[in-house]
Amino acid sequence: MGLAYYPGCTLKTRARNLEEPAVASMEALGLKLDEVPRWNCCGAVYSLADDDLIHQVAPVRNLIRAKEQGKDELVTLCAFCFNTLKRANLLMKEDAEKRNTINSFMNEEVDYSGEVKVVHLLEVLRDEIGWEALSQKVKLPLRELKAAPYYGCTLLRPREVAIDSVENPTILREFLKALGASPVDFPESARCCGSYQVISSPGDISEYARPILNSALSHGAEALVLTCPLCDYNLGRGQKELAKKQSEFREMPLFYFTQLLALALGLGPQACHFELNHGNPESLLREKNLLSQGESVQPIGGQR
Amino acid sequence: MTKKVFVTISPKKSRREFVKKVKELSGQNLQLCYQCGMCTGNCPAAANMDISPRRIIELARLGLEEDIAGSRTVWTCASCLACTVNCPRGFDLSKMMEAIRLLTLRKNIDRLRPEDIPSEERCDLPQIAMVSGLRKFTG
Repeated sequence: MGLAYYPGCTLKTRARNLEEPAVASMEALGLKLDEVPRWNCCGAVYSLADDDLIHQVAPVRNLIRAKEQGKDELVTLCAFCFNTLKRANLLMKEDAEKRNTINSFMNEEVDYSGEVKVVHLLEVLRDEIGWEALSQKVKLPLRELKAAPYYGCTLLRPREVAIDSVENPTILREFLKALGASPVDFPESARCCGSYQVISSPGDISEYARPILNSALSHGAEALVLTCPLCDYNLGRGQKELAKKQSEFREMPLFYFTQLLALALGLGPQACHFELNHGNPESLLREKNLLSQGESVQPIGGQR
Repeated sequence: MTKKVFVTISPKKSRREFVKKVKELSGQNLQLCYQCGMCTGNCPAAANMDISPRRIIELARLGLEEDIAGSRTVWTCASCLACTVNCPRGFDLSKMMEAIRLLTLRKNIDRLRPEDIPSEERCDLPQIAMVSGLRKFTG
């Protein structure tokens, strides 16, 4: 069975270590991710202005691509794309006046009214596979890995698109438990990493990262588990800068949840592309017996 | 001899215009806010702002456009929606922040020049940072 899948731009370039382990893992789990044909950039952020309909065209066009495939569900992986596509879908479903304007503007396309359900891959793992079934597929349990789930903003806000409870999300914790890891809860797990402010105020990024990383570390985390390529960039860059400023600051490996999934399913480190990660995960993985004798990780760090 | 005509623009009228535009673009009822400060308390960027999120709402509904224009607050907002989900009145401040940004950007005044981002950073930044940032800071 194949799932209609929307990757988005970043997953094909800066975040191949988010996408490639996901594609390999889903194939191993018997739910192949089939890219929708002719997908385009979703616009990255949802338009918050009431009169700004032109920026809804890009995400809606992608939803139409899924509808044309006869699919009633579109799986996303990038947290930004998930948010933009799901909010645009809600708009098309609930606002008849704007729906009509957008449909008339795109007269070369079939009409669309929010028929496709936009879901995140974590929801597929929870709702279509199930934690119990997932745990039975684990070949290399991530035993003793103290990993802190970090949600960021776009999977949980606004409330109407959240994949889990806004105040007390557990989906990543349950995911990590299914893989055999020891999840570490910490209070800043949904605090913003600074997002696109990195292009206008790069000097502030380490100060956005500081409370998040300090909180995770003080709760005993050995690694942070991420879902978003921009969180990865900002926290990776932020912790490097913090380590330069304070000699006692300890950097920790940042993993995408899909990398831990592929590793636990026994697909090997090559499928995980750890070499593209911020922070060197090799010593931690070796300490936890998650790399065998002959296996290694070649981090490139900032030279990605 | 040309007759001189003096036109006085009432500050009250321009203030009303500003409030009307913010309401139109944001779709929000600015009077919902009762100034409890949950938005400021939950904002991860508040420390970098010169006017707090709570005060920006008050200035906006009074129509004090000049005070807001001189502040960096709306440009420091990362649209993380921590204010939105925590507001006890259901006021979506992220939409008001966007409306105020757009009132500047639509006058063709950009907040950022892409060429000012160092080239080595442009190569390393994820696309979602570039696309979303340029959407928020340029018109």
